[in-house]
Amino acid sequence: MTHLPYIVAAYVIAVGLPVIFAAEAFFRVRSARLRLEAIDMRRDRGRS
Amino acid sequence: MLHRFANPGQFLRLSGKVLPWLFWTGGLLTAVGVAWGLFFAPDDWQQGDTVRIMYVHVPFAWLASAGYFSLAVCSVLSLVWRHPLADLAAAEIAPVGAGFTAVCLATGSLWGKPTWGAWWVWDARLTSVFVLFLLYLGHIALVRAFDDPTRGYRAGAILALVGVINLPIIKFSVDWWNTLHQPASIGLTGAPSIASSMLWPLLFSAIGFSLLFAAITIARTRAAVMERRIRSLLMAKASSAGEQEALS
Repeated sequence: MTHLPYIVAAYVIAVGLPVIFAAEAFFRVRSARLRLEAIDMRRDRGRS
Repeated sequence: MLHRFANPGQFLRLSGKVLPWLFWTGGLLTAVGVAWGLFFAPDDWQQGDTVRIMYVHVPFAWLASAGYFSLAVCSVLSLVWRHPLADLAAAEIAPVGAGFTAVCLATGSLWGKPTWGAWWVWDARLTSVFVLFLLYLGHIALVRAFDDPTRGYRAGAILALVGVINLPIIKFSVDWWNTLHQPASIGLTGAPSIASSMLWPLLFSAIGFSLLFAAITIARTRAAVMERRIRSLLMAKASSAGEQEALS
């Protein structure tokens, strides 16, 4: 492979970006779900 | 039917079931396509091993345009039917589309240097994709530029629809102008002019990255729907607390 640095750089960027986006989306969904559950629990406790 | 499926509650239920399948299938196909392209696909007779960049560059180029098309579809849904889910989806597609377009430009540049001898040329294809990147950035900025989110979504939708004109320019730029960028090797109508030993890894990689793009945007939209529900619950709580305080 004569152009290895170019190829490796392209693959790192191409694989890295979806991984970063996927991780960010996962943590965002998890944090929103936990906050929603906490609010719902507090609301239910307030009603009873 | 559209309104039934675009209902936020229905969307959360459906997306919760579909998301793991999209992520895992997309990840698996991407891994196969990328490994196949990097280690097992043959060298090109003219470009040598730099052709391996194609297996990541081409899917990102397709997704840059496809992402913008989906942004435009959401904008139509938002402007015509005023559907709030379409607004949220559009706002979440734009950053992912911008990221994928940036990767398309970066990998193209990394392919251009050893092949053309230049990182960048103001060629019609490269310039029109760069304009697409600016349109994505413009959408992101416009949506966040207003205090009233509805006005931001509306302005972003109009920009997205105006920018659709750039999609056929990107597609046909290599036919309309003399460009350094090569013409398309794969079309919807004719047979591909690429050897099957290169076509298969490219298809795996393209389908894999497409599923990941879909999964990421759906997950982000899901988070945005939940965040909006949190905001409205907190506001309702604050206003009821205010009312009780006023009564006492």
